[in-house]
Amino acid sequence: MTVSIHQDAPSAGSDAGRGREPTPRDRSARLLQRIRKGGLPYLFLLPALILELLIHFVPMIFGIVISFKQLTLFFIRNWTGAPWAGWQNYHLAIDFHEAIGKALLHSFWVTCAFTVLAVGLSWLFGTVAAILTQDSFRGRAALRTIFLTPFALPVYASVIVWAFMFQYNNGLVNQLLHNTLGITSRPSFWLIGHNSFFALVIISIWRNWPFAFLCVMAGLQGIPHDLYEASAIDGAGVWQQIRRITMPSLRPVNQVLVLVLFLWTFNDFTTPFVLFGSSAPTPADVISIHIYQASFVTWNFGEGSAMSVLMLLFLLVVTAIYLIFTSRRRTSNG
Amino acid sequence: MAKRRSLMAPPPSFLWTRRIVLTLLALFALVPVYVMISSSVKPLQDVTSTFRWIPAPITFAPYHDIWYTVPLARYFVNSLIVSASASALSVAVAVFAAYAVSRYGFRGKRIFTTAVLSTQMFPGILFALPLFLIFVSIGNATGIPLFGSRGGLIITYLTFSLPFAIWMLTGYFESVPKALDEAALVDGCGPVRALFRVVIPAALPGIVAVLIYAFMTAWGEVLFASVMTNNATRTLAVGLADYSTENNVYWNQIMAASLVVSVPVVAGFLIMQRYLVAGLTSGAVK
Repeated sequence: MTVSIHQDAPSAGSDAGRGREPTPRDRSARLLQRIRKGGLPYLFLLPALILELLIHFVPMIFGIVISFKQLTLFFIRNWTGAPWAGWQNYHLAIDFHEAIGKALLHSFWVTCAFTVLAVGLSWLFGTVAAILTQDSFRGRAALRTIFLTPFALPVYASVIVWAFMFQYNNGLVNQLLHNTLGITSRPSFWLIGHNSFFALVIISIWRNWPFAFLCVMAGLQGIPHDLYEASAIDGAGVWQQIRRITMPSLRPVNQVLVLVLFLWTFNDFTTPFVLFGSSAPTPADVISIHIYQASFVTWNFGEGSAMSVLMLLFLLVVTAIYLIFTSRRRTSNG
Repeated sequence: MAKRRSLMAPPPSFLWTRRIVLTLLALFALVPVYVMISSSVKPLQDVTSTFRWIPAPITFAPYHDIWYTVPLARYFVNSLIVSASASALSVAVAVFAAYAVSRYGFRGKRIFTTAVLSTQMFPGILFALPLFLIFVSIGNATGIPLFGSRGGLIITYLTFSLPFAIWMLTGYFESVPKALDEAALVDGCGPVRALFRVVIPAALPGIVAVLIYAFMTAWGEVLFASVMTNNATRTLAVGLADYSTENNVYWNQIMAASLVVSVPVVAGFLIMQRYLVAGLTSGAVK
């Protein structure tokens, strides 16, 4: 995509600068330069490449290896010497009749429900907010700042504040729903039992919709004004413009945005961990915290790694299907 | 973009929808921030009893006490060192990578960009443990203390923000006219000099925006901070939990501390948000 004209620029420039026939020395210098230039982009990439390999790819391979090992606390000091387990960790993870597999399957469904709700609503809030602030009006800049604040706060700080708001005795949520509005007949527990799932969803939306807002806002700036002007001359109203022009133009942004939100939400560890600690209540036992518990609380790293690998495979498959599906729709629609 | 639909005034239905929806969203965004600020100036008995919207009496004692209940200053310094180093290094590495991607055509470019972005997909939990074990092993073999040190955390965080940094910086660099650095090359600058003299100054706001984003990433990370730090190197992300003891949860101090740790990143982010939007635009258009 960026075939640069400037690859030839230096040599052409130096020739022009000298304005005489190139001597053999020039020629060999130029050859050296070409080699250097060919290698140059790779040299520039090298630090990034090494770091990514060291911190992401190598540990991931180790993780896959560990998933075939019987790595418990007993072997942790000499972890390379842990005995091989074959497919045993995987068998345990996907045997849905036994306790471990059943719990994992439950955790998987919880995570799916959590992800669908949180991503869907984050996307909706962000898109609506971005479209409604597309035209300038008084106070728009202030509103943008307000909307972006949740995303700027450190995750753990905002989750702690939400945990405070969800407290049974002294929290804002019970105060508002029970004492002020009288919607619930008695105060509810939000951080244990069924409500904990909704607490998690609400916090995730609060945290992520500003990102959707930011991305859609950026996408809106790429839509040419002429489209709106032409349609206005044709008599289209605001609502029609949003449906016919804005939404279709946002499709490329949405393709990336929904994927990123999906991956972040599905993998989210910080929110449940800060909210619940290392073991979440069953209704909100999302997969990242479930695996953390299997690995670092019950000290069964082999099992935890096997679960992580399964999770990664799932994400890979979903992402691939998503990309194939959305790209095809994009090309067929124009 | 000022008067996009100037030809026709929006109908009242649109204006009312806009007012109502935007008000609700603003409330949703702001209520937790308000709770954080107002609860941070309440005495302890007021935050442990029924919630009240208006703090009365107001006390600033929590802002004094936070530094003594837990070693907040130490956590703060640790977070500052780790986040500042990680973000600076991340941007330094990303600048070169983004320069290569935006200015050169080379074999494997697509693979590189795809592979780097795909690291966003990995569940952190999958490589938290192996990385921990690798760091411990390297420490045992070479004596370089990666586990429990700030260095290990810095390297880790630097790679977390790297993919996004490369992606954003490539976008910014693409928006710098190629003719500019070509002119510098013709004038006899090497590619590195052209990068530093021409491309970086032209893309400086974008670079600062990415720097702040990388800083935020490191400042807010919890999983690796909880796995890879010890008492001496603990960061804020883990340290804030210390305010809840078995006997007492100092909610007013927790709120005060949350506010104190949030101010630097929120301020930085809000100042640079314009450039972040610009970077996302060029990234999305690509």
